[in-house]
Amino acid sequence: MTTRHDIDASFTALPYRRLAEAALTRAQDFHAEHADFRFERIRTQDIRVRDGRLQGAADHEVLGFAVRVVLDGAWGFASGVVLTPEAAVGVAETAVRTAQVAAAMTATPVELAPEPVHDDVTWVGDYDVDPFDVPLAAKVDLLAGWSARLLSAPGVEHSTGSVSQVVENTFYTDLAGTTTTQQRVRLHPEVEAHGTDRRSGIFDSMRTVAPPVGRGWEYLTGGYDWDGALGELPDLLREKLAAPSVEPGRYDLVVHPSNLWLTIHESVGHATELDRALGYEANYAGTSFATVDRLGTLQYGSPVMNVVADRTTPHGLATVGYDDEGVAAQRWDLVRDGVLVGYQLDRAMAHAMPELNGGRSNGCAYADSPGHIPIQRMANVSLLADQQGPDTDELLSRVERGIYVVGDRSWSIDMQRYNFQFTGQRFYRIEGGRLAGQLRDVAYQATTTEFWGSMEAVGGPATWELGGAFNCGKAQPGQVAAVSHGCPTSLFRGVNILNTTAEAGH
Amino acid sequence: MTVPTPQELVEHALATTTCDDCVAIVRDSTSANLRWANNTLTTNGVMHDVTVSVVAFQGRGEGTATGSVSGSAASLEQVEALVASADAAARAGGPAEDAAVLVTGETAADWDEPSGDTSIEVYRDFAPALGEAFGRASAEGRILYGFVDHDVTTTYLGSSTGLRLRHVQPTGHYGCTAKPTDLSTSAWVGGATRDFTDVDPAAMEAELVQRLGWAARRVDLDPGRYDTVLPPTAVADLMIYAYWSASARAAHDGQSVFSRRGGGTRIGDRLTDAPLQVFSDPGYERLQAAPFASTASSSEVESVFDNGLPLSRTHWVEGGVLSALVQNRYSAGLTGQPVTPYVDNLVVAVDGATGSPQDLVAGVERGLLVTCLWYIREVDPQTLLLTGLTRDGVYLVEGGEVTATVNNFRFNESPVDLMRRFSAASVTEPSFSREWGDYFPRTATPALRVPDFHMSTVSQAT
Repeated sequence: MTTRHDIDASFTALPYRRLAEAALTRAQDFHAEHADFRFERIRTQDIRVRDGRLQGAADHEVLGFAVRVVLDGAWGFASGVVLTPEAAVGVAETAVRTAQVAAAMTATPVELAPEPVHDDVTWVGDYDVDPFDVPLAAKVDLLAGWSARLLSAPGVEHSTGSVSQVVENTFYTDLAGTTTTQQRVRLHPEVEAHGTDRRSGIFDSMRTVAPPVGRGWEYLTGGYDWDGALGELPDLLREKLAAPSVEPGRYDLVVHPSNLWLTIHESVGHATELDRALGYEANYAGTSFATVDRLGTLQYGSPVMNVVADRTTPHGLATVGYDDEGVAAQRWDLVRDGVLVGYQLDRAMAHAMPELNGGRSNGCAYADSPGHIPIQRMANVSLLADQQGPDTDELLSRVERGIYVVGDRSWSIDMQRYNFQFTGQRFYRIEGGRLAGQLRDVAYQATTTEFWGSMEAVGGPATWELGGAFNCGKAQPGQVAAVSHGCPTSLFRGVNILNTTAEAGH
Repeated sequence: MTVPTPQELVEHALATTTCDDCVAIVRDSTSANLRWANNTLTTNGVMHDVTVSVVAFQGRGEGTATGSVSGSAASLEQVEALVASADAAARAGGPAEDAAVLVTGETAADWDEPSGDTSIEVYRDFAPALGEAFGRASAEGRILYGFVDHDVTTTYLGSSTGLRLRHVQPTGHYGCTAKPTDLSTSAWVGGATRDFTDVDPAAMEAELVQRLGWAARRVDLDPGRYDTVLPPTAVADLMIYAYWSASARAAHDGQSVFSRRGGGTRIGDRLTDAPLQVFSDPGYERLQAAPFASTASSSEVESVFDNGLPLSRTHWVEGGVLSALVQNRYSAGLTGQPVTPYVDNLVVAVDGATGSPQDLVAGVERGLLVTCLWYIREVDPQTLLLTGLTRDGVYLVEGGEVTATVNNFRFNESPVDLMRRFSAASVTEPSFSREWGDYFPRTATPALRVPDFHMSTVSQAT
């Protein structure tokens, strides 16, 4: 049970409404077709421990604002950190000047899809305890204690831990009349044990698979089974260090949500970003094989594949009330019965392709900070469970010779989201429908549609978990985003398994 | 209302702290960028940011506790709030493991000078040329996508032990991808610059046209080991990761490719028989970087106690032998090695190398020329095995000439192993890593020819 919070009073005391009025009034002087003002405060605290001791703790606060205009069909964007109306006017003028420079090189005029006016609305995420209300010493003690507990276990030579905490406040207002004020909280805790196998000299590590979440400090004090997670790590590490190296070849895979979330992120989440499909990221993050001409016909995966984009997922990292263009959060289908049926949009693209969402954005424009321009960014993208689906034991029982994958580690995918290769925290051999000990040196590699096409079954709701990341990168200048992905444990047939030691030529 | 200068922000922090010692770092930056796709400008921006970092130290010597707080701050009141938070954190904190005597010093000669800056005007020559390139591309069936960015960040570092250091860091880069209108292939050119006076849009366009022309013939190849020329940008992609993995602490703790089995680091080991040099040098021509350490929080390789420590040319690999790992004063104590802090540039060179990347291609009987690498991630820390992909053009070389474009590949390779296996190198030149250039823009690298580069699987990306 979480409590409703108000927007932090130390944020509402900031002069953003006066700055907004000054900036937008100035933009109107130039007859801008659109102008918006966004003011953000992002408070971050990172704590790192090593071998039971504090290694570093750092607080960081980003505080600033941006003005974005459409003038003569071109974007203009500028940002600043001096919190006075005079400075806000200056930033608005810089945005206008930038639009004027850009207009000469803008061949396709920018137009924005309409959005209902949201008149001075407020949205606060779902959490209990603001992490910045917890004394630093208490947080360091908790984390250092976890690290010390691991270090004292047999076979653990070193232990590391970290927790990133973010509280984000955004005020947005535009000339059309929408005004939103929002507050979000998120945490990412990780603890890792390191060890060496004395006989072989092999070293390795085993990390907790607890996901980052849109929750408060309560996540570390009772919102997850930390005791169980810490208790099992040393044994899991010892077993991994002594495990046999995998024989490369084709295997059936049962993949746990703590690993599969990242495969969804890379091969479905990014591939259904419309800006990528249209080429806007061609020079950086890349494009997408899932091009618009294949909407409604592309067989993305097997018929049991149903994927939704959702900016309202409870405790999701990309969950919000309104995006950075004043568009209300929504939920919609990306893949239905295995077929591509949707994309993630911002207002400009929603205008350009009204067939995708009835001419309205689905609310996927956001920036990572006041100094960056909003771009089309990812919603929480999740694979749906089968309401009558099997549990994990039943999925395993359907596999004669295979591998069970838990936890994410290494990830890589090509510039059009075809070829990917992933590793994990731990891999178990499946023999005759049962787990038969860990394997080492495993990577699974596939092409997106081939992989999702080989998905024979998705698990039931009891196997569904929400994973995610804080560090999704995109755009130039580079921006990071936090996003969640839920999925059930799922069964894939005949996936290519590499031996990473053999790949290294050893 | 007058906006305080960065120097005033530093002095105000040092004057208002109630802890025993304090370091204040102000980074004042402006940046301007243009981004384009589909032969039209898409986004752009001019940003100004002032970040103040305050590190408070409570106690002296062993047992010192620290508090690190950073934030956007443009007023004295904002600085006071940061100082109050840092002081409180230091008072509440336990002894720092990296506690050491703070660096002392004096006021640098340029301390009083104002911050450097940039504006959209930095593109006064580039922007019109780009507009013309859009027109030609549309007329000739090409699509251009790209980005230019210029940033000038001035760092002011002051301490209660007398340091007053200033550094102006200009950073810029350009990159452009081109595709034919049927999107059947892709080419890329890009590089680093300090001021855009040396960026020639016409030359950029000409090279893109040449590379798209190489795609007139397409050959599909299977995965395997190929005689491969990695251009300077791809060498930077791989060697930056090796540099980032060169933490002395991680090696000492038995967690990296630079760990000695059984304990300790591999400093002193021969990594290659080739006369390979890998070093960082804050004074290196065209790659000038900050000549002093500055960090807002301690980590595995950096220490807040080392703020202001002078940086100089540091050899990581000398004549093929691993000669140093990245470390602060604390880890230097653990490893019994000299203090060799992180420096913000990287140079790779092979003694006696002559010729250009094209000259390396001319020596290949049948092999591959890669444009650049992408989505590089660590697969196994023991060997520093990295995976990633080729991107925006892989070319077939036959009889020393490019004769076709081939499909993209996923590779699995270790940069440490490549140091041992490369068969030829070109002269070192300034380069820009496609993968890491946003975070690490200052590199000089040769092209390397690797006789058996491991292309593990095929990527359908074009």
